Amino acid sequence: MGEPIDLFAAASPEGAWTVAEVTKRARATVEQGLGALWVRGEVTNFKAYGSGHWYFTLRDATAQLRCVMWARDNRRLPAAPTDGLQIFVFGKATVWEERGEFRLTALQLLASDAGGLWQIAFEKAKAALTKDGLLDPARKRALPLYPRRIAVVTSRDGAALRDIIAVTARRWPIAELLVLPTKVQGDGAEDELCAALALIARLPDIDCAIVGRGGGSKEDLWAFNSERVARAVAAVPVPVISAVGHETDVTLCDLVADLRAPTPSAAAEAATPDQAELLGRLGHLGARLGRGLALRTERTVERLARTGDRLVAGMELRLERGGHRLAAVGGRLDALSPLKVLDRGYAVARDESGSVLRRVAQFTPGLAFRLRVADGDVAARAEGR
Amino acid sequence: MKAERANFAAELERLEEIVRRLESPDVDLDQALKLFEEGVERLRAARQRLAAAEAKVKQVLADEAGTLRVDDLDR
Repeated sequence: MGEPIDLFAAASPEGAWTVAEVTKRARATVEQGLGALWVRGEVTNFKAYGSGHWYFTLRDATAQLRCVMWARDNRRLPAAPTDGLQIFVFGKATVWEERGEFRLTALQLLASDAGGLWQIAFEKAKAALTKDGLLDPARKRALPLYPRRIAVVTSRDGAALRDIIAVTARRWPIAELLVLPTKVQGDGAEDELCAALALIARLPDIDCAIVGRGGGSKEDLWAFNSERVARAVAAVPVPVISAVGHETDVTLCDLVADLRAPTPSAAAEAATPDQAELLGRLGHLGARLGRGLALRTERTVERLARTGDRLVAGMELRLERGGHRLAAVGGRLDALSPLKVLDRGYAVARDESGSVLRRVAQFTPGLAFRLRVADGDVAARAEGR
Repeated sequence: MKAERANFAAELERLEEIVRRLESPDVDLDQALKLFEEGVERLRAARQRLAAAEAKVKQVLADEAGTLRVDDLDR
């Protein structure tokens, strides 16, 4: 606390204060009396200087308050406020002694409407991209059906990369993933993303690219809303799939990319065909090949046998099925064979002429006959009834 | 290396063409057999490539001079 103001201390010109003394005293009084506080008002006369400092006035119906926000405090914000915007400012009231001006040094700034400054920044960048035609649907390129090399721009350690690798390994292991590791949030993320995206052009034989990261807060995803990053995406010479955050977050990168995937896994699915599907298609083509040839002539059957070891899946399958059927039919035939019945312990009695003896009446005492068992014939004689 | 990088789109296109020709009535037996054999060989090669495939993951790093280095990515 400074000395209390004594109204009589300067009662005569002789004892007059200097300007500096007054403003210094005023500053101390304001700083100690008001301190740090939140203020609500409408922005007017906003001006950003080359130094990065912001100057603006907060006003309401009856009063105005000059504000300054230093570059070191405003650089964390996604966008500058615009005139007319309702905002909340947290700052310290002070007096700028050189000008004798009462003002607020803003430390934090929030827009009071939904989205606020983020929305402003987004709309501004989007307008610039639109103006340059980068959001034109006609720009969207088709993805390759059977990619061999896919560039992946994301964090080296994120779940996004793990998901992309897992999906690709399952669906399309033929593909080679070239990962360009980058920060995906925080200081330097924008620069690293731009650099990695620019590198893709220098890699040989890339068929398409995936850029993205897992979900996070609006602030975490912000690098993907950077106009610079969006332009870097647009400049990639191959089709780009963007997958940033969750389904609900649409970033500028998503808008500029050739395809927007809701998640990194979905991006990998969009980038790759399913090998099972391709195998099915190959099998189908194989079957058609076989049928096509069979249509030609009978003689092809012989040739088919000769190329049998090279028969394709469809044909192999059909042959295999045929084989199973044969085995099944063979089994049934076998079961019906009388020899098979004898195997189970039955015997067949035949007289000398070979006729089967079926009834008791046929066995007159002393009758010589032959008994056929599983492994041969034996001589037998009827003893009596 | 180049030959290994199967171009499945072109491969499928050629196979479709082979099948279409084989199915058309105006190929003679000799041609049909040649087409069939080519088709079978292409199918075999394609299936083999798929069966042998194992996803490769590499990381690309650029040093200050802008020189690219490609390493296997530890997983």
